Amino acid sequence: MSWVLIALLGVPLAGAAVLLAPSRTDAVARGRLLRVHGLAVSGVTFALSVVLAAGFDYGDAARVQFSTDLAWIPGLDLRFHLGLDGISLPLVVLTTLLTFLCFVYLCWGSADGPGQLLRPKAGGNRPRALVFTLLILEVGMIGTFLALDLLLFFVFFEVVLIPMYFVIAIWGGRARRAAAIKFILYTLLGSAVLLLGLLLIWAQTGTLDMVALARAQGAGMSRSVQIIAFIAVGIGFAVKTPMWPLHTWLPDAHTEAPTVGSVLLAGVLLKMGTYGFARIAIPVLPDGAAAAAPWLGAFAVIGIIYGSLACLAQRDLKRMIAYSSVGHMGFVLLGFATLTPVGFNAALFGNIAHGLITALLFFIAGAIKERHGTSVMPALGGGMLSRLPHLGSLLTFACIASLGLPGLAGFWGEMLALLGAFEPAAGLSRPLYLTFMVIGGLGTVLTAAYFLLMLSRVTHGRGIKTIHAPVLAAVGGGTDPSRVAMGAGNARMRDVTSYELAAWVPLVGLILLFGLWPKALLLLTDPVVHTLLGAP
Amino acid sequence: MITIAALVILLPFVAAAVGLLGSRFPRGLRGGAADAAANRRAAWIAVVPTAISAVLAIWLAYSNWAGMGEGRGELLPVPAGSGGSAGIEGVTATFDVIETGSVSISVGLLVDGLAASIAVLAAVVALAVQVYSIGYMRDDRRYPSYSAFISLFTSAMLLVVYAADLLVLYVGWEIMGLCSYLLIGHWWEDRANSRAAIKAFLVTRIGDVGFLFGIFVLGTAAGSFRIADVIAKVPEMSSGTIIAATMLLLAGVAGKSAQAPLHVWLPDAMAGPTPISALIHAATMVAAGIFIVARLYPVFLGARPTLDVLAVLAALGMLGAALAALAQDDLKRVLAYSTISQLAYMAGALAAGSDSAAIFHLITHGAFKALLFLCAGAVIHAVGSNLMSAMGGLRRELPITFVTMTIGFAALMGLPPASGFFSKDEVLVAMERALSSGPLTDAAALLLYGCALVTVAVTGAYATRAWLRTFFGERPIIALPEPAPGTAHVIDIHEAPATMRWPIMILSVPALLLGFVGIADVHWDAAALSVVMALLGAGVVYVVWRSDPLSDPARMLGPFRVPCEQAFYVDSVYNALFVRPVLDLARLVVRTDDHLVDGAVRGSGRATMSLSRLVRLAQNGNVQLYITGLLSGVLLIVAWAVIFR
Repeated sequence: MSWVLIALLGVPLAGAAVLLAPSRTDAVARGRLLRVHGLAVSGVTFALSVVLAAGFDYGDAARVQFSTDLAWIPGLDLRFHLGLDGISLPLVVLTTLLTFLCFVYLCWGSADGPGQLLRPKAGGNRPRALVFTLLILEVGMIGTFLALDLLLFFVFFEVVLIPMYFVIAIWGGRARRAAAIKFILYTLLGSAVLLLGLLLIWAQTGTLDMVALARAQGAGMSRSVQIIAFIAVGIGFAVKTPMWPLHTWLPDAHTEAPTVGSVLLAGVLLKMGTYGFARIAIPVLPDGAAAAAPWLGAFAVIGIIYGSLACLAQRDLKRMIAYSSVGHMGFVLLGFATLTPVGFNAALFGNIAHGLITALLFFIAGAIKERHGTSVMPALGGGMLSRLPHLGSLLTFACIASLGLPGLAGFWGEMLALLGAFEPAAGLSRPLYLTFMVIGGLGTVLTAAYFLLMLSRVTHGRGIKTIHAPVLAAVGGGTDPSRVAMGAGNARMRDVTSYELAAWVPLVGLILLFGLWPKALLLLTDPVVHTLLGAP
Repeated sequence: MITIAALVILLPFVAAAVGLLGSRFPRGLRGGAADAAANRRAAWIAVVPTAISAVLAIWLAYSNWAGMGEGRGELLPVPAGSGGSAGIEGVTATFDVIETGSVSISVGLLVDGLAASIAVLAAVVALAVQVYSIGYMRDDRRYPSYSAFISLFTSAMLLVVYAADLLVLYVGWEIMGLCSYLLIGHWWEDRANSRAAIKAFLVTRIGDVGFLFGIFVLGTAAGSFRIADVIAKVPEMSSGTIIAATMLLLAGVAGKSAQAPLHVWLPDAMAGPTPISALIHAATMVAAGIFIVARLYPVFLGARPTLDVLAVLAALGMLGAALAALAQDDLKRVLAYSTISQLAYMAGALAAGSDSAAIFHLITHGAFKALLFLCAGAVIHAVGSNLMSAMGGLRRELPITFVTMTIGFAALMGLPPASGFFSKDEVLVAMERALSSGPLTDAAALLLYGCALVTVAVTGAYATRAWLRTFFGERPIIALPEPAPGTAHVIDIHEAPATMRWPIMILSVPALLLGFVGIADVHWDAAALSVVMALLGAGVVYVVWRSDPLSDPARMLGPFRVPCEQAFYVDSVYNALFVRPVLDLARLVVRTDDHLVDGAVRGSGRATMSLSRLVRLAQNGNVQLYITGLLSGVLLIVAWAVIFR
C-alpha cells in the first residue's frame, strides 16, 4: 500500500499542475469547473488518507508503515524516504481533513456567501491562484508529516512557507503585506537555524535517516554537540510552534490572513513545529533534550500565562484567538518538556485537539468578521445569541472546547501535560516541574477567564447596532464592492449557512469524539511514544 | 446492575443531545406558535428520560439495599462509620482502560449504598425540577436549550455519583460546572447575569485546579485512579502525601460546595432561573463536594490536619453565612446563604468524624432546600419580584405554597417532625462527640460545636424572618420594577399552574417525612437543646417583627446590618486582591508584547535596514571611489606582505 503515500503527495501536486494549463472557457463556467476541481482534488486526497487510516495496523502503531525509500540525490545520500506511524497518521489525516473542509467552505454551492473567496469576478479574487496555492500548501504540509529523511523533511517544511506567504499577502486583510513579510522573514530565520542544526546532526552521525537516528538514541554524538544541535533545531521549531518569546509573527499573520489561511495556519502549520520536537529534536538528541528540557518547560509555562493574559486584554477577536494559540501550544511544549511518555502523549493529543478546536474557532471568527465587517469586539456590540443564535451557539461551543472542558478534546492534552509535569522524567528537577504544573494550572483558570469574558462581550447582552457598514465591511475584504453591499444591504444578517455547517460539523463531531473517547488517539500515540523515548 | 447505572447516566445525556438538536427540527422556525410547539416537544424530551432515570435509580438503590442490608435494615448508607479504612462494598465494573503513558484511566462505574442513595436524590430532584420548569418557563423562547442543559447536568451529576475512577468523576464534575455556568446565564440579555455566570465558573474552576492536582497526588501514590484502589492503598501512603492530597481536594470541595473562602459565587448564582437554583445550587451540585469527601472518607480520616482545617472553615462559614442570610432582602439570596450555612453543617459533620450524619443531612437538605427554592419560585412567579420588601400576607393568596414552604422552613430550622430535625440532630451529636473523642483537635472541635449551636439559633431567626415577611403582615404598595426577561409578570396573585404545584407538593413529602428513617438514632437531650436554640432565635425575630410588621426585623442587627448584608465585604476584598491586579497585568502584558517583544523584532528589522543604508553608501556608482578602494586594498596587501615576511 506504499503507493498511497506517493499518491497522497501526487494528487494535490497534479491537481495544482493542471491549473497551470490555459483554459478557453468563459469565466462563469471556469469558476464552476474550478470549484469542482478544488473539491475533487482535496476530497480524493482526504479519501486517500482515510484509506491509510483504515489500512493502518493499529496493533503495531510504533512501526513505520507503508514506507517508501527511494534514492533521490545519491551523491549526497539523500533519500526520498516516506513513512507513517502512530504520531504522523493523525496529523496527516488532520491535514487532509482541514484542507478538504477549507475547500468545502470555499466551493460549496454557488460560492457567493461571505468568506467564499472563489467568486468569479473580474479583477477580484484570483480564484485559480487561490486553489493552486492551497493545493501546493497541502503538498508541503502532508510531506512534512510523511518525510523520514532529515533534508526531505526540511524541504517540505520550507515548501509550506511560500504558499502561506501568498495566502496572507494576496487574500488577507488591510495590513496584509506587513504581516506576510513578517511571517515569512521570521519563519525563514527560524528555518535557517533549523537547517544548521540538521546539518550538524548529519555531520556527526553521517546519516539523514530519521528512523535510524531515533533508534540510535543519540549514539555517535557527544553531549555538548547534542546540546548545540538541540538548541539550533529547537529554535527552528519553536518559531513555528510558536514558543514565547518567538511568537510575535503569529498574531499579525492570523489577524490579517483570510479565514482559510487562519484555519490552515493554526490547524496545521503550528503542528509542524511541535511535530518536529516529537519526531526529531527529542528522540534524536536525548541528551540535548534532557539538558534543555527545564528551559523548554519554563518558556512553555511563561507562554501559557503570558498568552492568557494577552488574550484577556485583547479587543480583536481573531487576534485573541491567535494569542490563545500561544497559551495552548505552551501546554503542548510543557508536555514535551517533561520527557515522559505521558507528557508526550499529552503533547500529541493537545496538538490534534488544538488543530481541530482552533480551526473551528477561526472558521467562526472569520464568519463573524465577514458578516460584521470587523472583528473588534466592542464594535460587534454583543447580543450575538439573539441576532445570530446558531453562530453564537457554535462560538460558545468552540470556546468551551478550547478552555479545556472535560468531555471535549481540549481537556485531555492539558490534563495529561499537567500530570506529566507532576512526575517528570528521572534526572529532571521535580520541584521545578511542580512549579510549572501549578503555573500551568493557573493558566487553565486564566484561559477560562478570557474565553468567558469574550463570550460575555460578544454573545451576551442586548444587541446594539453599531455596524458602520460601508467603512468596516471594506476593511474585512480589501476593496470589494459586492461585499460592502452584503454587509450594509441586509438588515438581517444571515445565520450559519449550509456551506459553513458542512465545513464545521465534522470538526464539532471530532472534538466530541476525542473528548468522550480519548483512547481513539492515545491508542495510536502511546506505543510510538514509548519507542521514541526508549521507555518500557 | 452496572448496565442499569450506565442507562441512568446515558438517558439524560441522550435527552440533552436530542433536546438541543431536535426541538426545532426539521424546520427550525422561531417565534410565536413555533416556539410553543418547540417548548412542548422539548418538555417531553426532557421529562420522560429523566423520569425513567429516576425510576431506575430508585430501583438500583432498592436492590442495593435489599442485597446488602439484610439484617441491618438501614435505608441510608452507613459505610465504615468512624475510623477504619474499610474498602468500598458495592458492584463495580470497568468498561475500558485508557493508557495515558503513566497511571491509566479506567472508565468504570461503581454502585454502592452511598452512590445509590445520592443518585436517587439527584434524579428525583431533577425530575421535580424538570416538571416544575414546564410551568415556570412556559413563555421562555429558550426553554428547549434550558431543559436540555438540565438534562446534561443531571447526566453529569449521576456520572459523578456512580463514577468508579477519579478522573471519570472529574469529567462529570466539570461538566456540572459548565451547566451551572450556562444556566445561571440563561437570561444573558442582562449583563449582570452573564457576569454572575462567569464568576461562578471561574471561582469553582480555581478550586477544581486544586482538585485535579489532588487527584494526581492520590493517583500516582496509589498507582491507579480507581477509587477502590486508592482507598485500599491509603495505609501504605505517607502522611505527607495524604495531607497534601486531601488539602488539594479540599480546594475543589470548597469551590463546588461554596464553602469559605470560595463561597462568593453562590449568592450571585441566584441570577439564574429559580428551578436552577433549586436543582444545581441547593440540592445536587453544591452537595457534590460533600459527597466527594464522603466517597474518599478513609483518605480524609488519615489526614487529621485537613479535618481540622475543614472544621474551622465549616465553623466560620456556617455562622457567617447564616448572619448574612439574616440581613438579605432578596428571598433567593436568603436561601443561597442558608445553603452555604447548611453545607457547612455537613462539612462540619465530616470533620467531626461522622460521614453518615453528613450524608443524612445532605439528603434531607437536598429535599427541603429544593422544596424551599421551588416554593420561592412560586412566590416570585406570583409577585413578580425577588425582594421580600415587595411581599407579605401571601398566605391567603397562595395557601398551598404557604403550607409547603412552612414545612421547608421547619425542616431548615430543625423543628420536629420535619426531616431536618433528625439529620441536624445527628450532625450536632457527631460534633458534640468530637469534643471528647474523634479526629479533631480540642480547639477546632470546640469552635465547631460552639458555632454550630449559635448557627442553629441564627438559622431559626432568619428562617422565621423570611417566613413572616413573605406570608404574614400586609403587602406594601410599591411600584414593581421591570421583570427579569423571561419571568412572568402578573399583578393578580394566584397559585402557580399544576406543573409547578405538583412537584412542590410531592417534594414536601420527603422534606417532612424523610427524617423518620433515622428516628431510632435520635438523641433526645441534644435534640431538645437544638430545638430550644432554634425557637430562641425564632422568638426574638417574632417579637421584633410584632412591634412593627411592615419593617424588616433585620434592623435588630444594628450597626452589623450593613456588613452582614454585604456578606462581610469578601467580594470587594477579592476584587481588589485578585480581579483588578490580573486585569492590570493583562494590560501590561499587551503593552510589553507590543513594545518589548515585538519591538525587538521590528527593531532588528529596522537595524538591518539602517545597516544596509550604511553599506549602500559605498555602492554609489562612482568609478573613482571603486578604483580608490581597489588600489588602497592592493597597497595594504603589499604593505602587509613586505612588513610581515
